[in-house]
Amino acid sequence: MKQTSPTASVPGEPAKPGTHGVGDRIFSGLAIGSGVFILALLAGVAIFLLIEAWPAITASSDEIPGGDGLVSYIAPLAFGTVLAATLAIILAVPMAVAVALFISHFAPRRVADTLSYLVDLLAAIPSIIYGLWGIAVLGPALVPLTEWLADNLGFIPFFEGPASTTGRTMLVAGVVLAVMILPIVSAVAREVFTQTPRGLQESALALGATRWEMIRMVVLPFGKSAVVAGSMLGLGRALGETMAVTIILSVSGGVTFNLISSDNPSTIAANIALDFPESSGLDINVLIASGLVLFAITLAVNMLARAVIERQKLDES
Amino acid sequence: MTAAAADPVPAKNGPTVRTTGVAKRIDVADLNIYYGAFLAVKDVTMRIQPNKVTALIGSSGCGKSTFLRSLNRMHELIPGASVEGSVLLDGRDIYSPSMDPVSVRRQIGMVFQSPNPFPTMSVYDNTAAGLKLNSKRMKRDQMDAIVEKALRGAHLWDEVKDRLDKPGSGLSGGQQQRLCIARATAVEPDVLLMDEPCSALDPIATLAIEDLIEELKQKFTIVIVTHNMQQAARASDITGFFNIGQSGDPGILIELDETDKIFSNPAHKETEDYVSGRFG
Repeated sequence: MKQTSPTASVPGEPAKPGTHGVGDRIFSGLAIGSGVFILALLAGVAIFLLIEAWPAITASSDEIPGGDGLVSYIAPLAFGTVLAATLAIILAVPMAVAVALFISHFAPRRVADTLSYLVDLLAAIPSIIYGLWGIAVLGPALVPLTEWLADNLGFIPFFEGPASTTGRTMLVAGVVLAVMILPIVSAVAREVFTQTPRGLQESALALGATRWEMIRMVVLPFGKSAVVAGSMLGLGRALGETMAVTIILSVSGGVTFNLISSDNPSTIAANIALDFPESSGLDINVLIASGLVLFAITLAVNMLARAVIERQKLDES
Repeated sequence: MTAAAADPVPAKNGPTVRTTGVAKRIDVADLNIYYGAFLAVKDVTMRIQPNKVTALIGSSGCGKSTFLRSLNRMHELIPGASVEGSVLLDGRDIYSPSMDPVSVRRQIGMVFQSPNPFPTMSVYDNTAAGLKLNSKRMKRDQMDAIVEKALRGAHLWDEVKDRLDKPGSGLSGGQQQRLCIARATAVEPDVLLMDEPCSALDPIATLAIEDLIEELKQKFTIVIVTHNMQQAARASDITGFFNIGQSGDPGILIELDETDKIFSNPAHKETEDYVSGRFG
């Protein structure tokens, strides 16, 4: 017997056209206001940086610290910033993808829940603690490794040496940054890996794929854009990270790919943190100009990430 | 379970050299299927004959899909799921500890309810997906030949031969499902399981698949789960009817017989009520 309840056949009350409740108006106002506020904030930061940097941009080159002009002052810092962040990404992304896959596809439920909680917890550790850990524990611990690298792989520019005896190297800074961005990259990847359509995974397994083959065939292609997006978020964080790098890096200022010596280029953020308290006059404008460059780099990275994700979406549709 | 149990049980096979692409018989004995502690399907004993289409019918939730997924060890992928009893593929128990589930699934292929070609792969790569598994290397022209054969076998070649490098997800629903059938048959399994393969398709695409099934049974043993009784009547040789008592009770196999007999003169009243559209 087919039964229909009388209420189910009555269609839901149609929305009256043209009338909006007070709640709707308040909500819409709040939403628009918040959006505009964010844009205004971003524009405000950019304008502040431009105005404050202007004296440095227009100053003659011998007024700039170092005496060779603004570009040669900021370039090594920008180089150091990008080098440290790139190193961090190279180290963190494979690890983060592996952790995410382990949590989403290999670990038993309880282990997975605990582990993902612990990885998220890594993000909650203040960066100063990472810095202290880097200089007190990781740096000294890596000294034997860097010495070995200098002795045996010294022909590679990255490991040219001489190895720092304190461990305050670009390599250590990169490793610490990698640990710091691991949670965000793995969280984004994990979310998407767990959303891989069940039907696709089952199809692969039903063809006789092993679990790893199924992951390569279905899960990784499905999560590719998320891994890129997560990496870019991580890259953004690594570019701007200040405290940990300030503490760890032993700085001499030159541009070098040598990752294990005690002569390292500083990063923009660390340089500002170190020099700002002792600066006055034009020197402050110069530091702010370097901040403007950092702002531009992070903005570019984030826009690139957006573009990659959008293109991926287009390809899929 | 009368007609299907007609021929004698053969002597146990010793360790055999595996031959691919030969339709094989499946003997299920006393199979209980669980989700955790919940018994979903109880005490199924049946023989699935080679080169025949066996349809499994029954109302929703009666366990026919669960049963189907236990035939190629897909059921155990669900956390907590387990089975008791035996499933013999030409005499070899697919649940014996020495059996690798990966090789079981390689021999017993499956087509799912919704057409799901791998979205990032082309038509060609979708068809060849199973061939590239388990670190097998294959020459390109050899693979080309197998892909063409599988697509022809799935009645899809003429429609896609000029767009083999285009994404499989760009095909129509019916074409996608035939692509999935090509993908499953390209690895030359012994048995092909189909879980409501037409339920997401329109009537014309459905008929195309049914024609295909008729042809595929010359090479494979086919088991198809369907909600559509006309489909079971049209496309199958043997029909099994599953039912449950009440919600929460396990599903049981009520009757397995020649399709003609199930639909004209079933032995059980429950079966007759179901096939004639009277429930309970």
